[in-house]
Amino acid sequence: MDEEAESLENKGWGPQPAERGTCAGNAGEGMIFSYDLLINAIIAGVLLGGFYVAVTIGISIAFGILDIVNIAHVSFIILGAYIAYFLNVNYGLDPILVSILMLPVFYLLGTAVYQIYYLSFERRGQEALRGLAFFFGLMFVTEVGLILVFGVDYRYVQAAYVGPSLRIGVADFPFRMLIPCVLALVMFGILQLFLSKTYTGRAIMAVSQDALALKLMAVDPIRIKRIAFGISVATAAIAGALLIIIHPVEPAVGREYIGRIFAIAVLGGLGSLPGTVIGAMLLGIMESFTATFYGPSWAPAVSFGFLLLALAFRPQGILGR
Amino acid sequence: MAGVLLHVSQVGKRFGGFVALEGIDLEVREGERLGLIGPNGSGKSTLVNCICGTLTNDRGHVQFQGEKLDGLPAYQRTRKGLARSFQLPRPFFSLSVADNLRIPLLYTVGARGSAHGDMDGRCAELLHMVGLHDKYDAMPVDLTQVDMRKLELARAMAAEPKLLIADEAMAGLSHSEIEDILKLLVRLNEQGVTIIMIEHIMSAVMSFSQRLAVLVSGKKIADGDPQEVVRNPEVVRAYLGQ
Amino acid sequence: MRWPTFLAIALAVALAVAAVARFYGNEYYFIAAYVVLQYVVLATAWNILGGYAGYVNFGSAAFFAAGAYTTIAFHSVVSLPIPVLIVLGGIVSGVIGFIAGYLTLRLRGVFFAIATLALAVVLQTLIINWDHVGGSRGAYLLRAHEFPYIGSYMQYLFLMMLLLAVVAVSVARLIERSWLGFGLAAIRDDEAAAEASGVPTLRLKLIATTVSGAFMGMAGAPFPYMLGYVDPASAFNLAYAVNAIAMPMIGGTTTWVGPVIGAILLGTIQQVATVTISSAVNLLIVGLVLIGFVILAPNGIVGLFQQWFGKRRAR
Repeated sequence: MDEEAESLENKGWGPQPAERGTCAGNAGEGMIFSYDLLINAIIAGVLLGGFYVAVTIGISIAFGILDIVNIAHVSFIILGAYIAYFLNVNYGLDPILVSILMLPVFYLLGTAVYQIYYLSFERRGQEALRGLAFFFGLMFVTEVGLILVFGVDYRYVQAAYVGPSLRIGVADFPFRMLIPCVLALVMFGILQLFLSKTYTGRAIMAVSQDALALKLMAVDPIRIKRIAFGISVATAAIAGALLIIIHPVEPAVGREYIGRIFAIAVLGGLGSLPGTVIGAMLLGIMESFTATFYGPSWAPAVSFGFLLLALAFRPQGILGR
Repeated sequence: MAGVLLHVSQVGKRFGGFVALEGIDLEVREGERLGLIGPNGSGKSTLVNCICGTLTNDRGHVQFQGEKLDGLPAYQRTRKGLARSFQLPRPFFSLSVADNLRIPLLYTVGARGSAHGDMDGRCAELLHMVGLHDKYDAMPVDLTQVDMRKLELARAMAAEPKLLIADEAMAGLSHSEIEDILKLLVRLNEQGVTIIMIEHIMSAVMSFSQRLAVLVSGKKIADGDPQEVVRNPEVVRAYLGQ
Repeated sequence: MRWPTFLAIALAVALAVAAVARFYGNEYYFIAAYVVLQYVVLATAWNILGGYAGYVNFGSAAFFAAGAYTTIAFHSVVSLPIPVLIVLGGIVSGVIGFIAGYLTLRLRGVFFAIATLALAVVLQTLIINWDHVGGSRGAYLLRAHEFPYIGSYMQYLFLMMLLLAVVAVSVARLIERSWLGFGLAAIRDDEAAAEASGVPTLRLKLIATTVSGAFMGMAGAPFPYMLGYVDPASAFNLAYAVNAIAMPMIGGTTTWVGPVIGAILLGTIQQVATVTISSAVNLLIVGLVLIGFVILAPNGIVGLFQQWFGKRRAR
């Protein structure tokens, strides 16, 4: 797996060392500090953070607002990535186009999953143990299913913007990271507007606080939750396409992201979408720094270490309720 | 003059932007029967949660028997002699009715070192006191709401508290059942248990309480002789006159 | 049944199994039986925290691997007999369990579950970057070929795991029927009410987490000797994470019997399936069966039995 990752890195994927000079080395070698390296590490971190917003926003809705621990969310993202890959390789469709086409499909998937979850667990008050096991099973089955269909090789998409970058002075903005970042923030903006300005959106925010009040307003809280969960899974379609633009995927990639997602959600404060952006940026920058100055193999530990610390010392996050 | 058993001073609690309790001062003397009333959502249960440690108050202090309870986890407060029943019954559903009582017997009474030799007998005794003696082996899921409330009360009693907080223990009970619970609480009080009764059933509250406190929107607006308190115009306006 | 009696009976059963194995066994049988027994320990350990206390651990692979890598860490420095390594693995995993628990058990059970997911990845990353134990390349161990009186080395490992399984099950049963198990059940049913009734919830949860982690580590300690080779991919294998959860949930989580049934049933099926079907399909089926059981038969096989015979759980 490492050899393949290395060869793919040479094709232009993977956490990129800064434009000038080499990667500052793995632990043990001297650290070469230069301002170019620093600036590009920050830029890479911000772009990465933007992308992480896309990946996390579904959980902010599902877990932060609806209190549903959907650990299978990563699997839906990977699924979205593979669908984008499949349609890209076989029909030449642009991955972002695919993800938009997939939005209604994923939405329906989300509502179906919620319905099962509600009938089997939420209604009986058993979501703690059994609900978790249910999502774990879903995550597992999806991952293994993908292994069976696609195998464990890395898959990647071909698109015009995957190779080139935008250069401003010493700063390097790879398109394959810039575009996902921008799209992710656009998606965030749309969702934030939806949740704060529309009737359904505000009902969704309200259902987390007071389901009883909703019932009194003749709004069915179950229906609202179903819609919200559907939206949450729909974001996975977009996030998946963005993921495979940024770097190649294989089924086990999801596991790295679980910790990241929850770390961001917890760090930013559950239930706060703006908090998600802050948390995502922080994590993106931290990981970028670690990858640049200590080597990419340590990057996953950063997010998870942060998650553990956040849980231990400030579980309500930066902007949490 | 009996000493102060529970001293609540300037207790405050917020949930995000919502202020649930503000500047609550309350004193309960040993052996007293205190009634606590107020509209739904006025903060009564939040206050109980703060006193018992289920929630942590943001401001103020709670003292029990002269000892500050701040920072003590709920189970230690129970072991010191503070027990409560929950407003919405929360039995242990996978344990039988009798076993529900065994938990406080093991973990509160037992932890104090005064464990009963015959735990089965003690369970039966407690169930008999609340009128659930024929439900010894039943599972909580098969109980009526009313019986679950009685179990809730029995579980609090099993902890052999010095101060018992009964949170709406009589909701939904028939007239004769209310009488039975009242008699039970009075008997407990005569045996030395200080009792705080939180209720909406005014007849029960008035006949039981030696003192009455009123909570409205997180603030205490009255505290004193029951007859005077119910004539207080502010109390009538906020709660009674409907 | 008092626990010494149970232990005696369990040991007797184990002896009988060992004798039969000795008579019939070929090398492959011992390997298969070893794996099944390993799952008995893992499932039983998981259930102490998951089934009894209601706190889900998604990172069983981390504790298992911690035991395996403790063995490897010591192997190149000093040669130790397997029982000692098992104890050491148990200690290391127990400490990890304690620390993870201390950091997260004051929060809701959901946060603990997420933390265990994170733990597995953190540990795996640390191991990959630690050259002493072979890093991502893995480590080789040489093992002896024969043991006096017992026969092949694999048979020796099988016996060790059999003993460990007996101990694990006995401990689980002891906990289940003691005041500790009672308190854990109260925590599982309603933690706030348990706390209000005098149950020291944090302390009991920490005990359960530590014991559970320790046994998982003990199950992992002999693992390197079984194959003669360990790398992070095999130690942190997906199969451990899902099976540690699936086996108790399918067997039944409220009693010690459930994980044993689940482990023997699923473990045996998987051993057969891996040979006939691919291991990926096999895992897929485990996942699907888990989902099915969680939705349709939440109390597992034990629960189904209890329903059929009209028995209720009452003491």
